[in-house]
Amino acid sequence: MTFFEVVFYAFSTLMVVAALGVVSARNPVHSVLFLVLTFFASSAIWLLLEAEFLAITLVLVYVGAVMVLFLFVVMMLDINVTRMREGLMRYAPFGIAIAILLIVQMVMVVGPEHFGLQAFPVPESHAADYSNTKELGRVLYTDYVYAFELASVILLVAIVAAITLTMRRRPNTRYQKPSAQMKVLKEDRLRIIKMKSETIEPENKQ
Amino acid sequence: MEWLFSLAPDFMVDFWNWLPQWIQVLAENLLYIVLIMVPLMLCVAYVTYAERKIIGYMQVRLGPNRVGPKGWLQPIADAIKLMFKEVIVPTNSNKFLFLFAPILTLGPALAAWAVIPFFEGVQLSNLNAGLLYILALTSMGVYGVIIAGWASNSKYAILGALRSAAQVVAYEIAMGFALVGVLMASGSLNLGDIIARQEGGFMSWFWLPLLPLLAVYFISGVAETNRAPFDVAEGESEIVAGFHVDYSGMAFAVFFLAEYANIILIAALTSLMFFGGWMSPFGSMADHALLGDGTHWFILKTMFFIYMFLWFRATFPRYRYDQIMRLGWKVFIPVTIVWLVVEAVMVVMQVGPWAVDTAASVAGA
Repeated sequence: MTFFEVVFYAFSTLMVVAALGVVSARNPVHSVLFLVLTFFASSAIWLLLEAEFLAITLVLVYVGAVMVLFLFVVMMLDINVTRMREGLMRYAPFGIAIAILLIVQMVMVVGPEHFGLQAFPVPESHAADYSNTKELGRVLYTDYVYAFELASVILLVAIVAAITLTMRRRPNTRYQKPSAQMKVLKEDRLRIIKMKSETIEPENKQ
Repeated sequence: MEWLFSLAPDFMVDFWNWLPQWIQVLAENLLYIVLIMVPLMLCVAYVTYAERKIIGYMQVRLGPNRVGPKGWLQPIADAIKLMFKEVIVPTNSNKFLFLFAPILTLGPALAAWAVIPFFEGVQLSNLNAGLLYILALTSMGVYGVIIAGWASNSKYAILGALRSAAQVVAYEIAMGFALVGVLMASGSLNLGDIIARQEGGFMSWFWLPLLPLLAVYFISGVAETNRAPFDVAEGESEIVAGFHVDYSGMAFAVFFLAEYANIILIAALTSLMFFGGWMSPFGSMADHALLGDGTHWFILKTMFFIYMFLWFRATFPRYRYDQIMRLGWKVFIPVTIVWLVVEAVMVVMQVGPWAVDTAASVAGA
């Protein structure tokens, strides 16, 4: 077994174990952290394919931003684990049946005869100065520019929709206006007056 | 490695050649890692000393001056004290995650040094996507904070963790955009190439054409490291010490180390991206021993930015939380987007120091 294969199998095993952890962990926060580990392992496998841009972007976008927000939400949820597990045995046969169906389908589509090592020889490795990032950028902004721009517009629409759905202005809430707060001058808030200093008479002292 | 062989006795050279190749590669890389890590950890220790001393002088105090001559041994004494203190794991906390969180904070801050070029060709890994790698790793640091807050099973800790998570996610976007500006100016994600593009002395470094991005990057860097004036994640006056309120002994010390390691990293990155890294400010004297290019310039620039961090802490009062969010989302991100557009126009119109080179490299790709 070459070093390359050792690395591949190490990260594949890690990924499968972590993926199992996602569905089997009792605590939802642990599930999220297992998912992070799964992303890491898959990004390492992408690195083996010399797809460094995709691998690092996976970590940057999914691990660095999306999963942080996931974790954020999951931590705030008050999940009653025992109640969620109540029907586990009752639904287990259905779940297993569906899982077997999915596995059969996936083996039929991406089974070893279609995706085996024989069907896909090792891709040619590139020279050291080959930049995966540059190649991807060139393809995205030339050959697939319309599809790419379309995807970005759809994403923008999704962002706008999400914001309009969640944003509501309640009339009675008082907001701070930082720009107004910053524009305040000393003259607006402070009045300096001239007056005689006041003294307390000694006999008033108690 | 060759000069090491010339020094070593014959039997050691024979032993080395007898070793399998993967062990040789592993040993060589481990040696380089140690060569980077040991000075870095010493720097981290002495940045804590510098911080106490500098802020002390700024506040007309003396700072630590008891341990060793002028207090120079203070960080060592602190380290020994923290090592021998008990690490208390709170009951009902998640023990594994509680102890794992500090490591998760420190790890990315140290791993990012793998791609930092100290001089032309002197770096652990000459990664093509070095800039992306650094962005990915700096975005990892927030996990340690969130997990620490959650695993502590304490209200204050989780409040601090939530504040930190929201803040880091907000500022990361501005930081990423600022680095996109650097990427556009240099036409490369490779840190060595980014420095090479800034050749020619003080006025040709990227700080001048990318001045707004420099400001956004550095201030976001301060916010990312949870340093004053953005240290609401710790917020002593409201939430005691935030996410690390339940930590003690070495577990706390690792958080502390991570904070300073992150400061050094952000300072080093600022000097790499905007101030030419190891380039000399005197472009015409590039071959001079002292005034010419060299690692000492990189260290000097990094030290200057570390000093800025300490200076900020002594100068500014803490931001209010909503002001931090406003600054991140409503000020910095628009500023970066506007400047990216300006930069794109400059590149297309061939204005600016980089324009011709970049256009040529894009066309040639």
